[in-house]
Parts: sequence; C-alpha cells; structure tokens
Amino acid sequence: MPAQESTMRLHLSGIRKEYPGCLANDDIELLVNAGETHALLGENGAGKSTLMKIIYGVIKPDAGKIVWQGEAIQMNGPAHARQLGIGMVFQHFSLFETLTVAENIALSLPAEESRDMEALSKRIREISTHYGMALDPDRHVHTLSVGAQQRVEIVRCLLQDIKLLILDEPTSVLTPQEVRELFRTLKTLAAEGCSILFISHKLDEVTELCNAATVLRNGRVTGRCNPQDVSSEDLARMMVGEDTPLNQNYQKAEGGETALSLNNLSFAPEDPFGVTLNNLNLKVKAGEILGIAGVAGNGQDELCALLSGEEITRADSIELLGQNIGAMSPDQRRRLGFAFVPEERLGRGAVPNMSLVENTLLSSSHRDLKANGWINYRKVREFARDIIEKYNVKCANEYAQAKSLSGGNLQKFIIGREIEQQPKLLVCSHPTWGVDIGAAILIRHALIQLRDEGAAIIVVSEDIDELYQISDRIGAICDGQLSPVKPTQEVGIETLGQWMAGQFGHDSANPSAVESAHA
Amino acid sequence: MDIDLITNILFATFKTGTPLILIALGEMVCEKSGVLNLGQEGMLLVGAVVGFIAASVTGNYFLATFCAIFAGMGMAFLFGYLSITLASNQVATGLALTIFGGGLSAFLGTNYIGIGLEGIQVWSVPLLSDIPVIGKVLFQHDPLVYLTLTLFALVFWVFRSTRLGLKIRAVGENPEAANAIGINVQQIRFMAVLFGGAMTGLAGAYLSLVYTPMWSDGMSAGRGWIALSLVVFASWKAERILLGAYLFGFASILHLVLQGTRFEVPPNIMAMLPYVATIIVLVWLSSDAIKTKMSAPKSIGQPYRPLA
Repeated sequence: MPAQESTMRLHLSGIRKEYPGCLANDDIELLVNAGETHALLGENGAGKSTLMKIIYGVIKPDAGKIVWQGEAIQMNGPAHARQLGIGMVFQHFSLFETLTVAENIALSLPAEESRDMEALSKRIREISTHYGMALDPDRHVHTLSVGAQQRVEIVRCLLQDIKLLILDEPTSVLTPQEVRELFRTLKTLAAEGCSILFISHKLDEVTELCNAATVLRNGRVTGRCNPQDVSSEDLARMMVGEDTPLNQNYQKAEGGETALSLNNLSFAPEDPFGVTLNNLNLKVKAGEILGIAGVAGNGQDELCALLSGEEITRADSIELLGQNIGAMSPDQRRRLGFAFVPEERLGRGAVPNMSLVENTLLSSSHRDLKANGWINYRKVREFARDIIEKYNVKCANEYAQAKSLSGGNLQKFIIGREIEQQPKLLVCSHPTWGVDIGAAILIRHALIQLRDEGAAIIVVSEDIDELYQISDRIGAICDGQLSPVKPTQEVGIETLGQWMAGQFGHDSANPSAVESAHA
Repeated sequence: MDIDLITNILFATFKTGTPLILIALGEMVCEKSGVLNLGQEGMLLVGAVVGFIAASVTGNYFLATFCAIFAGMGMAFLFGYLSITLASNQVATGLALTIFGGGLSAFLGTNYIGIGLEGIQVWSVPLLSDIPVIGKVLFQHDPLVYLTLTLFALVFWVFRSTRLGLKIRAVGENPEAANAIGINVQQIRFMAVLFGGAMTGLAGAYLSLVYTPMWSDGMSAGRGWIALSLVVFASWKAERILLGAYLFGFASILHLVLQGTRFEVPPNIMAMLPYVATIIVLVWLSSDAIKTKMSAPKSIGQPYRPLA
C-alpha cells in the first residue's frame, strides 16, 4: 500500500494477541492515513475489539510493531494513548453516572486543564456546538439518553488535541436520527484532518462514511478496499467468507389457527418514564411470523413485559391457545408453550456470571430436566451442548460464563435455548440487534424453521429490512398504540414509516378508497 | 437540669463522637474508592495498643500518636496488599483483619494492662475558651478533637471540589471506565485504604491516650463496627457522618446521665437509645432513594484487576 510517510498516521504490523484457547489477532497489518475515515469490518469475535484495545493501550500485544506518525512506539496504557492524541469511544460507555458531564470530562483531561471548571464548561459548550452535538455540562450523566451519553464520550475525546478517534460500533445504540447527527459530526472532524477508525458491521454505514476499510475474519486480515469502490455484497463476502449464503428470500406463510390474541390489552406503567398501552388488539396465527416495527421507547418494552409475564394484567386480555394467561406468572406461561427472547441479553436473557449449562436450566426448568425434585445435570449439560453445536455458539465450552461470550454468540445461545423448547408461541425482541451478519442469518433461518414447524412468532424489531425479510404480517407500534397489521407484501415502506410515526387512522379504514381518490 | 450539666453533656458529646468520626471518615474514603474494609475494629485495637506502648515507653505523646497512625497504616497495608494487589475477597479479608488485630493487640499489650497514663492534655483555645458555656463545650478540648474537625473539613473539601475527590468517586463507581481514561485504579484504591488505616490508627490513639488513657483488651468496644454502619447510614456523606457521630455521642452520654436520675426506664432500653436515635435520624435523612443511590459507590466490594 503506497503511502507517504507524512500522511501516515498509524501503521500496525505483525500484531498478534493470543488468549487462552483463542488467537484473537494474528499478524495484523493496519494502515490509517491522516484525515481518513477507516472502517474496521468483521463479525463478532473477528478480533476488531482486541485490535482497538491494543491501539488504545488497554491491552498489550504479544508481538508486533506500532508506528505512530512515523515513529515506532511502545504503548503504555490508555493515558499514553491519549497523550499521543488517540481517543476512543467504547461500545459500553466508560462514563461515571453519578458525576456531571463536566466532571466526567474533567477526569480525562490533564490536571491543569480541568482546574477551572467554569472555563471547562464553556469549552464543552463551544466544542459541542461547533460539531453540532448539544450538551449541557452540568447535567448528571445518569439523566442523559444513550445518544447524549455517546456525545459526552465524543466531546471528551475532542477536547484534547485529537488525531485519531476510535469508535467501537457507535451506531448500535442510536436511533436513525441520532446516527445522521453522528455522521455529520464525524464528517466535520475528518474534514479537519482527524483520522477516524470506525468499527461496525453495518455495511451501508461504512459505505456512507468511510473511504478505506480493513476486513478481519478469525483474527486475520482478509481484505482491504475502499468502500466507495466496491459493493456491499463484496464487503459482506470478505467478512463472512465464501461459504455463507448472504441473503435469502423466505417464502411467506399464511398461518393457521389463532395462537395468541390480545383483547383490549391496556397497561399503565408505574415507571413515570414508561409508556401507557391503550386497548391493543392483535391476533397471531400458528405458523406465522408477525413483525412489529417501531422506534424504541414506544411501548415495545411494556408489550414484551406483558407478554412474558414480567408484568401482570387482566387475565382475559391475553389469550394463548384458548387460555386466559394475562394474570399468569412467567413460569406458568412457559409451561403452556410460551418462550421469550428479551432485548437485553445479559441480565434478562442470561445471568452473566452463570455458566451456559446453568443458564440453560433457567428458562427450561419445566422441561424434562428434573426428576423427583433433583436436577438431572447430565441432561441439562447435554441440552446445553446440543444448543451450542446446533446454533454454532462460539465459546470455550458449556461451562463458560454467559458474560464471556460475545453478543452475537450469546444471542445465538439464547435463541437456541428458547427454540429448542419447541414453543407454541415465541416472542423475540430485537433478535439480531448488535449481531454480526453470519449470526443474524443463522438466527433468522432458525426462526423461519420454527415457524414452518407451526409455531406462532412475534418479532419486535427496529431493523426494518429484517422485518420485511422474515415477517409474514407486519405492523408498527407508536406511543403505546398498534397500527393495523397486514400481510408484509401489501405494506410499502412508506406506509410502514407512517405507521411508525403514529399515522394509521384513515389509511387502514379503506385503503382502496384513498387510492381511488388520488387517481 | 442546670446549665453545668448541659455543658458537661455537650462537652462529652464531642469527646465520644471524635473516634467515630475518625474511623467513619477513613472508611468512607475507602468505600468511595470501591473498597469495603471490615477490618476497622482490628486496626483500631492495634492503633490503640501501639499508641499506648509508645507513650508508656517514650513519654512523648506526639510521637505516640504518630506510632498509632503508622500502626493503623501498617494494618491497612496488609489489607490493601491482599485485597487490592492480590484481589482477594474484601469481606473475608476484612473480617480476618479484625480477628488478627484483636489477637495481635492483646499479645502486644499483655505487659501494659493496668498501667495508667496521664494522657494527652487539654489545649484550650486562648480567649475563646473563656466564653461561658460555649467556651467549655467547644474550646477546651485536647488537640485531637480539633484535628478531627480539621480532617473532616479536608475530606469534605476533597470530595466537594477537587480532582482527587472526582478520581476516588470514579474509581469506586466504575473501575474499568476509570482505567480506560488513564486513572491508576489500584493506586487510588491503595491510597484510600492507607488513609483509612491512618484515620483508624489515630482513632485508636484517641481511645488509649485521651478518652481512657490506659490499655485493656478489646477496649475499642465495637466502635469500629459502629463507625462502619455509620458510613452506610450517612449515605457516604462526610457531613452526615459528623452529624451521626455527634448524635450517637450525645445519646450515649444522655443515657448515662439519665440513669443517674429518677428516670424510671429499664437501663437496657436506655442503652439502645444511641443506636436507635442515630439510625432513625440518618434513615430519615437518606429517605430520598435516588440521592442515596447516587452517593453509594457502585463497585464497592468488587476486586479489580486490570487486563493483561
């Protein structure tokens, strides 16, 4: 790769990092030029995060050379990296919730710059305005939205003389609008000469933002390109390898008997920030996937909690296979054939500190895994092993702690655990959120298969492409209200967008009448 | 009750509250950094016995006080090495430290039981101490009472408006994040633990050189534990620790005084008064759950090991 010494900002070569049982980085070469927005692509577990942490000095490589602005260096920890002008925005924010925005930022600056908090607050305001990121320095971080917290992280990096900004999957926590704002900021930054290292597996974002890319697979570099010159398919191909089918069109299904019906389901949350649900009516048929679109925070969480039994309501407002389950506990519902994949993997889908075997038992304790009050660990273990094998879960073994798995692998495990119980109704919240392409394909495929076996499935997601791909019928939720639900082929993206914005009044009453009026 | 009695009660309140404030402030700093040190009682006893021995041998109270402080820090160093450097379980290590301190202090103090000392003398503030009532209550104390109030002001100021205070809070809330922005977590925690040891050692000196200038086994009488719970009930706030400790001191003295009067309440019930009164007031103060949660160090009790 011909590059002038002067424009070369960071050059890694021969980077190697080995963990027990896993070669995270193997002979990696990475070259980032000044003012370049460089994508680091790869699936979960490809070694992206390890490489980023090596650059930021959080972990030390076993071997390899780091050249920063033409000078070979030894990175001695994050403080050193910051001194050099390297900033990093982590996927899981490294903010202190009980401190204010200004205090959080002060902590990461050299002492002399943070002495005068007044002046610092002013600088924070200036910089955040300059880059179009509104921030109030005096707010406590725990009162901020996720998007605003990310802005704090970025502003924190920008306050120092920044030359390289590393962003680890920054868009996975943002709404589409926040993503646009972030991209505007990053483009301004790049225009001012700052290099950006952008980790993602969302290819459209990479194509929009980046002018260089390095692709990793299984800890090795498998490709370099300019995303502007190649197609998304080519990029995806480099990420997942030759043998994975990329896109699949699934047959839409008709469905059979009604499996689940919501009858005027209403809910007033105790949480003052919760969403009130108003008279939801919905029927889900056995053998169909019903997709519910919507912007986060419009009642999805409340609806899922009501379906799973974490919140209890009037018995007859939820009917599963002819039984009123609205007042039943989660365990009772599961005994009737209900299964649930929550949005948060760690803490709700799985217990972080428990092994996969124990986590298997958690949601399937009513299955045939016990005898006379004793747990049959041999069976549980076999069950866990089956899931790991069948769903291609990458982990040390079945006794690995849930938190040691990457997001995608843990999600495959949780989905597998729920599906293997052969549920009659499966509710999935954001099934492929933050999951790499390969795992997403596997998960969607498993859902389709479960549908074909006759289960009713509800998928709540913000990923519209995904909903179009796998849903047989589709609807949207907005401000605690459900839009009409229609066969997916009949709902155009425009209509769905309107539904997501809460405009579903006249359109649903008589669509043909509206169309003829236009004609 | 006449004015002299009230003066005496208030005077004694300061005396009784002082060791609790020292221990609790030290422990608060420690806990704010994310380390729970349950070894206070042991550190306190070792501080007390070392201070007493040093005073008996040298007759120099200034030197003896420093010896007590260093003894407390020595114990804290042991705790820090185990629980921070080696990342052992903080609860188990702390309890071990308490048991160890109890035994060590009994061993060291065998030959000093029953010896009396003059103790550190009162140091009256010129002019101010001549004011009636207030002079006696506030300005005729031993130097350690004033030092304690100075240390309180110092801790309060550090957490209120210094970068060091921010760092300690950051480390106690989220050590991984603190490490990521370049704060040396182990170092901050170790310093906090050593500070806690120094404060408790000083409190030990107060017990054996001022409060009752003598040595007897287990003379700390559970003050280490009381101070530990005071930190929690005071929601990790220095000003509430001060309030709680003085309140506790006041109620302890009050119940002794009331026992001497015709007040017809069973003494066992009266003995509960200091505990009940302190708990009620501090619970009432910390009834705002969100604010309390904000000041509680989130990572308390969790050992931290930086990534390799």
